[in-house]
Amino acid sequence: MSQFLPESILTWLPDTIQLLYLVATAYFIRGLKLLNSPQTARKGNMYAAVGMLIGVVVTLFDQHIVSFEYIIAGVLLGGLIGAVAAKKVAMTSMPELVAIFNGFGGGASALVAWGELSRTADVTGIDPTGLVTTGLSIFIGALTFTGSFIAFGKLKGFISGNAITFPGLNIINIGSMVGVLVLIGFFTFDPTNTTIFWIILGISLLIGVTSVIPIGGADMPVVISLLNSYSGLAASMAGFVLGNNLLIVSGALVGAAGLILTQIMCKAMNRSLANVIFGSFGGDGASGGGGGADGDKTVRETSAEDLAIQVAYASKVVIVPGYGLAVAQAQHIVKEVATKLEAKGVQVKYGIHPVAGRMPGHMNVLLAEADVPYDLLYDMDQINPEFASTDVVLIIGANDVVNPMAKTSPGSPIYGMPILNVDEAKRTIVFKRSLSVGYAGIDNPLFYEEKNQMFFGDAKKSLQALNEALNEV
Amino acid sequence: MSALIFSLFIFVLACFIGFELISKVPPTLHTPLMSGANAISGITIVGALIVAGSVGGQLAQWIGFVAIVFATINVVGGFMVTDRMLEMFKKKEDDK
Repeated sequence: MSQFLPESILTWLPDTIQLLYLVATAYFIRGLKLLNSPQTARKGNMYAAVGMLIGVVVTLFDQHIVSFEYIIAGVLLGGLIGAVAAKKVAMTSMPELVAIFNGFGGGASALVAWGELSRTADVTGIDPTGLVTTGLSIFIGALTFTGSFIAFGKLKGFISGNAITFPGLNIINIGSMVGVLVLIGFFTFDPTNTTIFWIILGISLLIGVTSVIPIGGADMPVVISLLNSYSGLAASMAGFVLGNNLLIVSGALVGAAGLILTQIMCKAMNRSLANVIFGSFGGDGASGGGGGADGDKTVRETSAEDLAIQVAYASKVVIVPGYGLAVAQAQHIVKEVATKLEAKGVQVKYGIHPVAGRMPGHMNVLLAEADVPYDLLYDMDQINPEFASTDVVLIIGANDVVNPMAKTSPGSPIYGMPILNVDEAKRTIVFKRSLSVGYAGIDNPLFYEEKNQMFFGDAKKSLQALNEALNEV
Repeated sequence: MSALIFSLFIFVLACFIGFELISKVPPTLHTPLMSGANAISGITIVGALIVAGSVGGQLAQWIGFVAIVFATINVVGGFMVTDRMLEMFKKKEDDK
């Protein structure tokens, strides 16, 4: 839009654009800061959106931009798709949506680098660092693009959630990554060689597929976090290509956010990042790790009526939700039960393990949707000291995150994983369809403990029965 | 100082700011944080606008167009869905 401005302003334009980019950056940082508390988080998101608006509007005045047909068409089409997706998505499908948005972000960054290359008439004129960053931008962007779609497919169930792998896959993956980096090196020496360019693009797209496909469904929270980090990194790289500080800073912020969440998720599963990426864990029922819970294998069952009396006369009840709760669509009925208990003077809290959902913080969103106030949601470190003073723990649709083998059985695949110490409570109730194993494919000795009772059946139906029985107490 | 080194300075400092800002976000907000951060990564739309709007040949403009579509999906969808989630977070007091 610079062509509409008078000559006198044009000399100031480049600096003004940069200054306004700085303002946009400040909005992003302020926005992320406000995301630190549930009270201010919504405002923080608004701040970030304002920063984005400033960035976009200011860019339209860039002197390189002379035609607007493609821009208007692209923004309208993309905006429409994005808005519809954001309005329609069910909260349970949030991980899929974030995965696919990540993919589009990474893809866009790769395209920006490619487009910048193709609009340059004389590519030999680009300096080597420009070519390296172009190559890296395409590499990271393209692998984020395909990797996110594979993650989406796994979460949606189009692709098997099991770890799909074959011997040598890891070596092929590492080899192709090294190969791409070497090719980027060649590309800097001979940027006119389009064959090298296409091979870089092709292999990068392929790496996205082959590096996500061997990762099991249970590890998807890590993968999504990592892809989130990549999409930020790709934007940063595109910023290097264009010499645009706004892109560099914003991309770095997102890259850091994704990396922190990746670390948190890895820690919550007691696995290293390398082990998640190369380990092919979480699929074909790993063995039960021998020792531990043999011996007394009887389980005690409870009924809705019996349980209603137990919880109604308790002073403190902790609810431990797992993904099974969301699958059964039982969040709302949990909230109803909790409200009834609170009316009877029972203190109700929710203990949420970091990997309770399919992405970091997913369970909190699902409970928030069911109108559970966020100040009743406690994370693992907050709730663990409270179990000793808890009368009844209701474990609904969770399994591995309360499995004491993580503490007691060194041979177990989940050994060392931090868990919710529900066994310290006076009574635990497990809502479950059967005694089947969890995601990690191992037995849970908690089921056979003397103070544990099983409430067999579909989580939603069981909770409905409990809810009705509570009326009689 | 070359342009690359200058950019690298900015990149590294921004990474540190990012770590500082985000390590304090409570687990309750991790999903909105991720989708909000994701929307911010759509900032690459700025680059897409330049590629699509400049005169660099038909191919570059088409690439720019697709990049704009992708980035706008990410930006518009990301901010809207984050807002939708954060709207649901309520405290106990204003529950009733």
